[in-house]
Amino acid sequence: MEKILSRPKALKDFPLSYCPGCGHGIVHRLVAQAIDDLGIRERTIAVAPVGCAVFAYNYFNFDTTEAPHGRPPAVATGIKRTNPDKIVFTYQGDGDLAAIGTAETIHCANRGENITVIFINNANYGMTGGQMAPTTLLGQVTETTPFGRDPQREGYPINVCELLAGLKGTKYIERVSVCDAPHVIQAGKAIKKLFKIKLKEKVILSLK
Amino acid sequence: MLSNVSGHLHRSVQVENKMVKKLVKGNVALCEGAIAAGLDAYFGYPITPQNEVPAYMSKRMVEMKKVFIQAESELAAANMVLGACATGKRAMTSSSSPGISLKQEAISYMAGMEVPGVIVNVQRGGPGLGNIAGSQADYFQAVKGGGHGDYRLIVYAPANGQEMYDLAYNAFDVAQKYRNPVMLLCDGIVGQMMEPVDFNKEQKTKFEDRDWILDGCKGREPRSLKSLLMQDGVLEQHNLDLLKKYQMIQDKEVKAELYQVEDAEVIIVAYGISSRISKNAIKQAREKGIKAGLIRPVTLWPFPSDIIASYAKPGVKFFSVEFSLGQMVEDVKLAVNGKCPVDFLGRAGGGIVSDKQVLDKIEELAKK
Ligand SMILES: Cc1ncc(C[n+]2csc(CCOP(=O)(O)OP(=O)(O)O)c2C)c(N)n1
Ligand code: SF4
Ligand SMILES: [Mg+2]
Repeated sequence: MEKILSRPKALKDFPLSYCPGCGHGIVHRLVAQAIDDLGIRERTIAVAPVGCAVFAYNYFNFDTTEAPHGRPPAVATGIKRTNPDKIVFTYQGDGDLAAIGTAETIHCANRGENITVIFINNANYGMTGGQMAPTTLLGQVTETTPFGRDPQREGYPINVCELLAGLKGTKYIERVSVCDAPHVIQAGKAIKKLFKIKLKEKVILSLK
Repeated sequence: MLSNVSGHLHRSVQVENKMVKKLVKGNVALCEGAIAAGLDAYFGYPITPQNEVPAYMSKRMVEMKKVFIQAESELAAANMVLGACATGKRAMTSSSSPGISLKQEAISYMAGMEVPGVIVNVQRGGPGLGNIAGSQADYFQAVKGGGHGDYRLIVYAPANGQEMYDLAYNAFDVAQKYRNPVMLLCDGIVGQMMEPVDFNKEQKTKFEDRDWILDGCKGREPRSLKSLLMQDGVLEQHNLDLLKKYQMIQDKEVKAELYQVEDAEVIIVAYGISSRISKNAIKQAREKGIKAGLIRPVTLWPFPSDIIASYAKPGVKFFSVEFSLGQMVEDVKLAVNGKCPVDFLGRAGGGIVSDKQVLDKIEELAKK
């Protein structure tokens, strides 16, 4: 029988630690596929976040580093500026990117750093047990919003894409979802597109 | 003859031995030492009294087509160093006390990930925002941890402009040799003072191959740098491996200057600016016939405990002179281990200990 689909070379054969049905695994695969398709695996350096995807370095089959919580854009800046020939991307959750790392995110985008950011918005802090994230929706019950997110108490969710789109240094932003097969296909295309553009300039992708 | 070498920050002076030295601030000497060591990237953030460093680098690094970034914070600057050094490049960040508190996050990660970043602290008075006067109040932070976890930072304490240059030059080799972050613990006085400095080092360009850096997995297995080690026992083993490395550093990297200690009955232990004031006082004491001497740690960690211990003989009195309320004195006491009395002289909050005060202390102890 002819094999028409196999594991991308950019993804290791290693059991994922994510919960069943978690979107991180899907996005890992899409990122790995895009890197394979563009033939950039051997010159890619990825920065993992602190969050459920901290273990990304166990799964990606290329050079990876850890970064303190929220600092991947700063770490990626240090890597890319001193290694302009490398493809550098960060992979971050919403707590990492939009709470503790807000300053790093905004200034990295504003400087127009030539890196890619894969932003996973799951509307909560997954790794620490489902607390409120800056992206948690109004009324959403989490570990730390047991009565639902109340804008009087907890403020409104931050619209990260809109926020970053307002900065001149940001080159490209696309918001996609991995909730079902058609969306996964669309997300795969977006990721590939952004790595392709990124071979030239800086882009941000947001995944819901 | 005075000539302008590079803008207002440099002046050349001809000195007796005909070697051309440049009259520069300590902070500038530090920059040139790092540049001679092959610095690829500098990441900074303004804070007094180290503002000369980012200002100077913003010109020099850009002229040399190297990397300069004024980061959004000290957190970001230190993490940029982490990123650059993870790829084997030579990168440095500098700040003063409040900013160094913010850098502790990246320092702890670099220690855990064994990433050899270089961090400069031109100390000012604290705690909190404190003041902008020279101080030595960050000794504990530099040598006892500062960030979280079981780790050690290699800490150098330059005492003059020449040492700012020389120690910055060596810091990168030492950091990469041991894969360990290195700190230059300076103070606002040495940083700001203009002194003749001999820029005598050859520009470093070639470095040995390193088998741990992230440079793309072309023709090899992928690498990853991390400090998160969740499997049973793995982190403890990593801690023990680090300990072995730290012991090796303690065996090989201790540096100290000895001044008139051989016959000394009163021995001062002081580093950086306070060691220079102490030296003046020792000269005056010697003129009065008092046998005083100085042990000046150049490395604060590893601390020259064995050297201090070797002078802890009956009849000798020690004291440390610090621009703090007494921090290093604790390590002096540990080194002396009860064999001699250990006293302390210091001032806090940017106050300067005078050579007269040091001399008085020497005389007081000599009489005891
Ligand atoms: C400085 C610091 N603060 C807090 C934590 C604890 N922590 C670990 S992961 C996390 C939240 C991650 O949430 P998110 O970025 O949304 O990622 P997710 O797990 O949802 O993918 C927090 C708060 C930490 N590791 N470091
Ligand atoms: S907690 Fe959420 S983000 Fe984390 S692995 Fe489980 S489903 Fe995925
Ligand atoms: Mg999240």
